[in-house]
Amino acid sequence: MTIPSPPPRPSLDRLLASKEIAITCGPGGVGKTTVAAATAVMAACHHGGKVLVLTVDPARRLADALGLAGIGNAERRILPEWFKEAGVTPRGELWAAMLDTQASWDALIERHAPDVRTREEILRNPLYRNISGRFVQSHDYIAMERLFEIHSTGAYDLIVVDTPPSRHALDFLDAPRRMAEFFSSRLLRWLIVPYRSKVITMASRPFQQVADRVLGTQFLTDISEFFILFQSMHAGFIERAEAVVRLLGERRTTFVVVSTLESTPLAEAELFSEELLRRHLHLGAVVLNRTLPDYLRDPEALATASALEDRAEEVATRLDTDPALTAPLLREVAESFINFSLVARREAEQRDELAQTPEVVASAPAFAHDIASLSGLFALGETIWH
Amino acid sequence: MTRASEAPVGLFHRELLFVTGKGGVGKTTVAAALAQLGAEQGKRVLACDIDATGGLGAMFESGPTRFTPSQVAPGIWVMSMDTEASLREYLKVNLRIPVTGRIGPLARAFDFVATAAPGVREILTVGKLCWEVRERHFDLVVVDAPASGHVVGQLGAPQAINDLVKVGQIRSQTDWMIEILSNPERTGVVPVTTPEEMPVSETLELTDRIARETSASVVAVVVNRVLPELFTTREEEVFEQLRTPSRTAVISAVLGGDASPVLEAARLAVSMRRARALHLQRLEARLDPAVPMLLVPYLFTRVGGLRSTRQVASALVDELGL
Repeated sequence: MTIPSPPPRPSLDRLLASKEIAITCGPGGVGKTTVAAATAVMAACHHGGKVLVLTVDPARRLADALGLAGIGNAERRILPEWFKEAGVTPRGELWAAMLDTQASWDALIERHAPDVRTREEILRNPLYRNISGRFVQSHDYIAMERLFEIHSTGAYDLIVVDTPPSRHALDFLDAPRRMAEFFSSRLLRWLIVPYRSKVITMASRPFQQVADRVLGTQFLTDISEFFILFQSMHAGFIERAEAVVRLLGERRTTFVVVSTLESTPLAEAELFSEELLRRHLHLGAVVLNRTLPDYLRDPEALATASALEDRAEEVATRLDTDPALTAPLLREVAESFINFSLVARREAEQRDELAQTPEVVASAPAFAHDIASLSGLFALGETIWH
Repeated sequence: MTRASEAPVGLFHRELLFVTGKGGVGKTTVAAALAQLGAEQGKRVLACDIDATGGLGAMFESGPTRFTPSQVAPGIWVMSMDTEASLREYLKVNLRIPVTGRIGPLARAFDFVATAAPGVREILTVGKLCWEVRERHFDLVVVDAPASGHVVGQLGAPQAINDLVKVGQIRSQTDWMIEILSNPERTGVVPVTTPEEMPVSETLELTDRIARETSASVVAVVVNRVLPELFTTREEEVFEQLRTPSRTAVISAVLGGDASPVLEAARLAVSMRRARALHLQRLEARLDPAVPMLLVPYLFTRVGGLRSTRQVASALVDELGL
C-alpha cells in the first residue's frame, strides 16, 4: 500500500505556476510595486519562461527597484548580467515595462480609428489631449487595456501587473466597463445629434440649454466633435472592454492583495479582498509587507526587557563598560524593545483577525534599507515565495 | 542657508490648506491635527474629506460625515466631498435650477460628463472648496486631499478648464477660483511624507510638479513617523560592546533571561532610524529652504482616533512654536 504524500503546502510558487496573469493590488504606500517586481523576479528564477512585470504607477518606482532608470512603454528585458551581479541564475527571462498613459492612448486611437483622417483629427483635438494626458483617472482604463494587449500577443508566460494608485482601489476593475457604457450612452447621442444634424430633438433641448449656459457654445462644439470622432470607434472599444473584463475573470488570472499590518491599509485591503470575491475574481494570495520580526512578540524576551528597564543600574555595575553611559543606554534599549514589541503584537493581532484568508498568506519582513536593486528584490522574493 | 522655521505668512492665517501625500503616510491624521490647531487658534474650521472614506471623521471619533458639514468638535466641522452633490449645489446657486425632484437623469448626465472629461470631477471638488472660502462660511478650510498625483490635477483644474472653455458662465467661475488658489497668502499646499525613500522621492516630485503645473504654493512639509534617535555616537560604541557574546551572557545571567533579542531589536531600531535619517537629509537638501519642515515623531501607541490627532497636533505645536 502506498501512503499518499501530503498535498504540497500552498505558496506563491505553486499559485503562480499555473497562472498567466497576476495582478497585485491594494492600498497605496505598502510596497505594492516592490512586491510585484519581487514576485516577477522569483517567477523568472524558478519557473523559467518569459516573465513580464508591468507597472502602471506614475511614480517611477519599479525603475528604481530594478536599478533601471527610464524603462518605458515598450517592454524591455532585464539583462542576465544584472542577475549575475545579484548572484542568481534565472531559469527564464525577466522583462519590464512602464505604462506611459499618453503613448498608450495614442496607440489605442491608431488601432481603432477607421481611417487616417479621423485618427489625425482625434489626436489633434484639444479635449483628447486633455483627457488622455492631464487627468490621472485615465490610467485605470489604459492599464487594463495595455495588459490585454500584451497578454494577447502570447509573448509571455506570466505577466505580473502592478495596479495604479487610485482613489478607490477597485477603480481599475471598473474602468473597461465604464468606458463601454460611456460609448453606449444615450446621453452621448443627445449631445452629438444637434451638431450632427442641426436638428435639436425635443428630448435633448433642455439638456442643450443648460449645457450652453454653463459651458459656452464653443466648448460644446469641441466636445461634440470629439465624441463624433470617437463614435466611429464605438464597436471596437466595446468589444475590447468586454474582452478585458472577461480576461480578468478567467482561471488563468489571479489577484495578489498587498498590504502592511497597519490598521488603515489593512482595513482597505480587506475591503478589496471582499470586493474581489463578490465579483467572483480569484483572490490568490495576500502578501503582508514590512512585518516586524517574530522575536519582538516573544513573551520571555518582553519579560527580560522589562527586567532590564527596572534593573539597568544593577546590570551596568556587572559589566566592564563605562557605567555612567551603560545604565541609561540599557534603559533606552529596554524601552525601545517594549515600544517595538507593542507594535509587533498589534500587527499580529491584525493578522489573526484577517477575515478573508486566501490559500496563500505570505509575510515579508521590514527591511532596514530600501530595496533598490535586483538582489534586494530577490531577498524580498525569497521571504514570500516558498 | 538655514531653513525657514515658519513661512512668512503663518500657516493658520491662510484660508485654504490642501494636505496631501502618498497613501499610508498619515495624511489624514495630519489634516485632522491641523484642523484641531486652527480651532485652538479661535478659527472656525471646515475639514473636508475628499476621498470620502470617512477617515477624517474617524480622527475626531464622529459618526459618518456627509456633504453638508457637521460639527465634530468646538470650532471644527467635517464634510465629505461628493461631486454630484457639489454639482447640484452649483446648479441651484448659480443657475437657480432647483434639482430636488428627479435626480435620476441628472445623476446619469453627470456620470456621463464626468466619465467623458474627468476634469469635471476635479473642478466640482476644487470649486466647492474655493466657494466655501469665498463666501467666508469658515475662517479656514483644511482639505484631506487625494494622494500626490491627483492633487495636481485638482489644483490645476480651473486653469485646465480655462484653457478649454473660452466663454460662458464656467469661464467667469474659474477666474475667481484661480485667484484664490494662486494667492500664497490665502491658499497653501502641505505635503505629508515619512522619512522613507519612496515617500520622500514622491514629495520632491510633487513639489516640483506643483511649482511647474499649478499656480499654488507649498507652504510647509510635514515629516511624519520620525523614529527617535536611540544613541549618540559614544553610546553606540558602548552598545556594540554590549553585543559581544560574553557581555550579552552577563546581562542575560543577571536578568535570568536571554537578552539577545532585546539587543537585536535595538540594533534593528538603530538601522531603521539610520536609513530614515538619510532620506530626511535628502529631503532637507532638495526642498526649497523657504519651506519649513515640520517633524512629527513615530507614535508607538495605537494609531487612529482623537488621541493620535491630539498627539500629532501637540508635536506640530512644538514644531511651529505656537
